[in-house]
Amino acid sequence: MNAIASSSSPSAPVRYYRFKPWNLGRILVWSLFAIALIVAPMLFRSSLALTMLSQIGYLIIICLSYNMLLGQGGMLSFGHAVYTGLGSFIAIHTMNLAAKGSLPVPLVLIPLVGGLGGMFFAILFGYVTTKKAGTTFAMITLGLGELVASMALMFPTFFGGEGGITTNRVYGTPFFGLNFGSQTQVYYLIAVYCFVCTGLMFAFTGTPLGRILNAVRDNPERVEFIGYNTQRVRYIAFIIAGFFAGIGGGLASINFEIVNAADSLNGIRSGGYLLFTFLGGATFFFGPIIGAVLLVFASILLSELSKAWLLYLGLIFLFMVMFAPGGVASLIMMNLRVAKFGKFKPFWALYAGLIATGALLVAGVAGVVEMIYHMQLNAALGPTLRFFGMTLDTSSVTSWAISLGLMVVGGVLLELVRRRFVAAWSRAQEDIEHEIKRGGMA
Amino acid sequence: MNAARPSEGASMYAIELQDLRKNFGKTEIIRGANLAVKAGERVAVIGPNGAGKSTLFNLISGRLAPTSGEVLLNGQSVVGLRPYEINRLGLSRSFQITNIFPKLSVFENLRCGVLWSLGYRYTFLRFLSKLDDANERTEQLMRQVGLERKRDVLAVNLTYAEQRALEIGVTIAGGANVILLDEPTAGMSKTETSHFIALIKEVTVGRTLLTVEHDMGVVFGLADRIAVVVYGEVIAFDTPAAVRANPKVQEAYLGSSVADAQGGH
Repeated sequence: MNAIASSSSPSAPVRYYRFKPWNLGRILVWSLFAIALIVAPMLFRSSLALTMLSQIGYLIIICLSYNMLLGQGGMLSFGHAVYTGLGSFIAIHTMNLAAKGSLPVPLVLIPLVGGLGGMFFAILFGYVTTKKAGTTFAMITLGLGELVASMALMFPTFFGGEGGITTNRVYGTPFFGLNFGSQTQVYYLIAVYCFVCTGLMFAFTGTPLGRILNAVRDNPERVEFIGYNTQRVRYIAFIIAGFFAGIGGGLASINFEIVNAADSLNGIRSGGYLLFTFLGGATFFFGPIIGAVLLVFASILLSELSKAWLLYLGLIFLFMVMFAPGGVASLIMMNLRVAKFGKFKPFWALYAGLIATGALLVAGVAGVVEMIYHMQLNAALGPTLRFFGMTLDTSSVTSWAISLGLMVVGGVLLELVRRRFVAAWSRAQEDIEHEIKRGGMA
Repeated sequence: MNAARPSEGASMYAIELQDLRKNFGKTEIIRGANLAVKAGERVAVIGPNGAGKSTLFNLISGRLAPTSGEVLLNGQSVVGLRPYEINRLGLSRSFQITNIFPKLSVFENLRCGVLWSLGYRYTFLRFLSKLDDANERTEQLMRQVGLERKRDVLAVNLTYAEQRALEIGVTIAGGANVILLDEPTAGMSKTETSHFIALIKEVTVGRTLLTVEHDMGVVFGLADRIAVVVYGEVIAFDTPAAVRANPKVQEAYLGSSVADAQGGH
């Protein structure tokens, strides 16, 4: 402290003052988020929509908690489902105990119990995993994830074996008249948790630990030379992420009234959180929210549309990693930045071109993929299949020729447009970088 | 050297190296270095490439552990401590290759350097924007290193000289009283260098400074004393004039004379 005082300039300390015009914008954004959560089930009234909205709600919490590790801390975890899954199990056992009357926990607090469960296991496992960073960290989380998933088969009393653990969320005295029997009531419980948790996790990004976590992501070695123990920083962040992951898991238990170790704890589930957090965009706080929405749309709608949905998902992921590694959020923000600097005009036509040629390519690829899948899986149903209102015939040359033709023509045209787009895009980016450097503006 | 080691309290030396040795495998890099830097002194460490100057810095700052020997910081042994522990005892360092937080803004870079020393540590129950003392100190630092116009620019988007200035800013941010700068002016033009040396002098007033420097003009202008490191040993440690006149230095390091080396870089 003495050193600080002695090094300060002799002149009277200037009170710094900063105008903060974004506070109003921030209030607006959060209000819109709250309104969206409230009115969504009124706009989309089908039961499918309500199912999807409920899942989106808790997946937002889970993906945001995952991004605390990936985007903010640079920790590539392959075992996030361990904390959501164990949170789910703790929550569901607590529900069953509460229903029996052995534990006085009302349903509205069950997600918090899940959170404490996730946190407990994050304290336990994180002590080991966060000792290391980078690739080693990733490997350890992968190993631990598999370990916990296989443990699930060894302790059937806790994990319920192959059938899982079931529960009934309607128990105890109703909470202000709500018994959470209906999906709508469950949705609103999820929505409240979603809003509060999102707010808390956003607040975390503005705290000293949140900022040092970014510093650890950027340059862990340097952090050690400004007084911080990087292991401790990672460990605390990991525990907090585990807490929110557990809340998400607890909400999932309430939503489904069943938890099954085979699909809630394993590496595939962890991979899903990773994949969609990445697709949504790990570099921005709100990216994982988009990711959660995409996750639900992909797993519910895309899987309805086509048997080959995992293949399409894989292609989308591949495409994004190659061309937009910052995810959807970064695509949005980059375009907003271009627009802010008044350079968006030429891109209208280019985007139209990309979409048109892209659609041709997608139609061609989809036709070929669907016909191949049909031949492999549904050959018994005859050579024809219906796809997006069209009839494809695996035995006719025309169907194949049209699909392949679309694929080739679309691919070539897309590549031509893409080249022009990339040229224009990098020119715009260079101009913007130049303006930033010259002006000292962010 | 001194057999009686000051075991506690104020030592008159900010940094003391006693028969410090470091081997990498069978290769001896530091071969019994001895050095005693007084508090408040500005010391330039010079020596040919590969003499072990950076290794010496890494041993002092805890980046590497010595094979044997002793490193005392304000009279207290820091051997075996982690870098962050040594930093908390009042030693801060910069790096030869720019080592900052590329995706954080200038302001955030500096504030990260400030936080620990003001006691905010691992806090996640307070908002950064409400930490008036940390923010004030950061603003002041930003003016000190001349980056106030780049406040919200990401470090990765700064020019090289600006990044070097930021590096110094992050290094002094925590208020450490012993500062180690590893080639702070490497890769800079003549005008940038002289500007930068003035900055270093200004921000290290009242602190102990150890700096690796190649530019002899800079060394003679900046340092109270010069430590000459050759082949893992401190072969001379004296005032610039005395070092210049020291035949051992001229022979071992500079070949003929210091005067010839001036402006050589």
